[in-house]
Amino acid sequence: ADIISTVEFNYSGDLLATGDKGGRVVIFQREQENKSRPHSRGEYNVYSTFQSHEPEFDYLKSLEIEEKINKIRWLPQQNAAHFLLSTNDKTIKLWKISERDKRAEGYNLKDEDGRLRDPFTITALRVPILKPMDLMVEASPRRIFANAHTYHINSISVNSDHETYLSADDLRINLWHLEITDRSFNIVDIKPANMEELTEVITAAEFHPHHCNVLVYSSSKGTIRLCDMRSAALCDRHSKFFEEPEDPSSRSFFSEIISSISDVKFSHSGRYMMTRDYLSVKVWDLNMENRPVETYQVHEYLRSKLCSLYENDCIFDKFECCWNGSDSAIMTGSYNNFFRMFDRNTRRDVTLEASRESSKPRAILKPRKVCTGGKRKKDEISVDSLDFNKKILHTAWHPMENIIAVAATNNLYIFQDKIN
Amino acid sequence: MFVRGLKRKCFDGEEDIEGTLAGIKAIPSYNLQRQSLLDMSLVKLQLCHMLVEPNLCRSVLIANTVRQIQEEMTQDGTWQMINTQSTGQASLDRLVSTDILCRSSREQAEGKHVPGFSTFNKDFEGDQAQDSSETMSTASSVQAPRNLQSNVWEMENPQENKGNFQKSLDQIFETLENKSPNSVEDLFSEVDNSYYDLDTMLTGMMSNTKMGHCDGLETFSSPTTTTSNSNCKSDLNELDHIVEILVES
Repeated sequence: ADIISTVEFNYSGDLLATGDKGGRVVIFQREQENKSRPHSRGEYNVYSTFQSHEPEFDYLKSLEIEEKINKIRWLPQQNAAHFLLSTNDKTIKLWKISERDKRAEGYNLKDEDGRLRDPFTITALRVPILKPMDLMVEASPRRIFANAHTYHINSISVNSDHETYLSADDLRINLWHLEITDRSFNIVDIKPANMEELTEVITAAEFHPHHCNVLVYSSSKGTIRLCDMRSAALCDRHSKFFEEPEDPSSRSFFSEIISSISDVKFSHSGRYMMTRDYLSVKVWDLNMENRPVETYQVHEYLRSKLCSLYENDCIFDKFECCWNGSDSAIMTGSYNNFFRMFDRNTRRDVTLEASRESSKPRAILKPRKVCTGGKRKKDEISVDSLDFNKKILHTAWHPMENIIAVAATNNLYIFQDKIN
Repeated sequence: MFVRGLKRKCFDGEEDIEGTLAGIKAIPSYNLQRQSLLDMSLVKLQLCHMLVEPNLCRSVLIANTVRQIQEEMTQDGTWQMINTQSTGQASLDRLVSTDILCRSSREQAEGKHVPGFSTFNKDFEGDQAQDSSETMSTASSVQAPRNLQSNVWEMENPQENKGNFQKSLDQIFETLENKSPNSVEDLFSEVDNSYYDLDTMLTGMMSNTKMGHCDGLETFSSPTTTTSNSNCKSDLNELDHIVEILVES
């Protein structure tokens, strides 16, 4: 199994898609309620597996283009088939996943094996009939959106109009129409005329869930810009600029790096947005630009280890974050296969671990605690014992229920609320 | 981080490494920590040249860090650093919060010796000494730190140093954009085995995620010798020449 690089529930939550470093997409489907197997409700089983992207070679630059899937985004379901967008560093593909449970028999021009029949042997005509067959799930690429990005694509986001979507790389954001593959519109361009002057890149971008003209993008300097596509064709001038003033007492050479935003997500309500930087998660009210309304510390104990984390490159890890369906809770990952959940109402938080040793099927997860110094209590783990190779970068929350998907390197964990 | 031909001087003038380490009682000065950070950043920037396609966000963040350090060093450089200990203390507090706390404060007070790293350094320096006859662009990754360290102590021509440094940084940065296959291939065609050793060691260093490895920064605690003006200038010219080879297009 390959390293999982993205996890995403669809709009109903019945399907869960994962993309991996090898360019594969694996889709899980939730089992329907079944009276004979009451415990299987809520279980996700493999529904479809397909190779989305292959490794490519850019001959102009003599560079390999990785097949790793950076993001998957589902389209809202409009018919029996399911559609999703998957992207690697350079190319976005629209995939159609459809079920086939019938096949036609009794063709005139070919026999059952598919071989063509000699026309002279055909003496009578018959109407083919549909016969049931074992369910087959097929994935086929319907659109390929290529050659629009010079830099590495970090985000894709489907618009609320269900007709367009955006793709963002380090310096540019493009707007596409789902039907048109040979044209895209550039709506944000922060590339300086002289590359030597480059000090800031785009790290994530997303469309507003309800207003199809509004998008946000975050930067490596810890800022978020909200743009309105109605104001100009090129959204280089933002409508709103979100930035929290820096605390001068905690300033260090690593301040900028840890302020770099790795993920930005609108709340389902559309009133808030959440950003993830290296040490914290911040919730912003779209109406207030000068500071976030809530800040949650994910792993503050790492603040004194920033130099080491810079040396081993962990400081550049890009953690994602997600909302629950009602926007009352948020979740994000950490190291040592830990992930954190914060309840916005009660202000309570919990640290849980996604690992085989700590979770037997249907066992309740035990809260974990990291000891920051001094005496280590029983069951606590000290900061120096944390495994920084076990990082949880990708998590997803079911849109309606309390079911979460957590990707721990090459394993996918699905947890749900305890059912009484 | 790994500096070639660096003469080590302990506070009491001893030259062997063990003596140096044993002599350390206080936390390394802010300037030295900053220097180590600068060296590490430069190595990271140059290492990402060698990768297939550098991660632009990471490169930009590292380059910004380098610029920050360089700006601060330029500011400091215009003032005489009379007493590194006393001036170091105030700004040391600023860095302490991000310092590697690999060793407990008790260990630091005892000036704990780190045998693993000292032998490692010795072997490395022995290796590099053999290659002193090589004149290759690959030497730039080790040349750069030495030259920049001499910058710190070079009171005259800080502006020129800054200019040269900035130019080198810009050249490095430009290659991230205008990556030409020829320069990369040429680079590797001229490489000899000793370079691969450097690479393996550095990547081994980079990929090691255990905290303890950061002790390495603490072992590089003794100040460099102040090089003469002419040496410094020729070194800088050499650096430019070397960087030019890297970015040749």
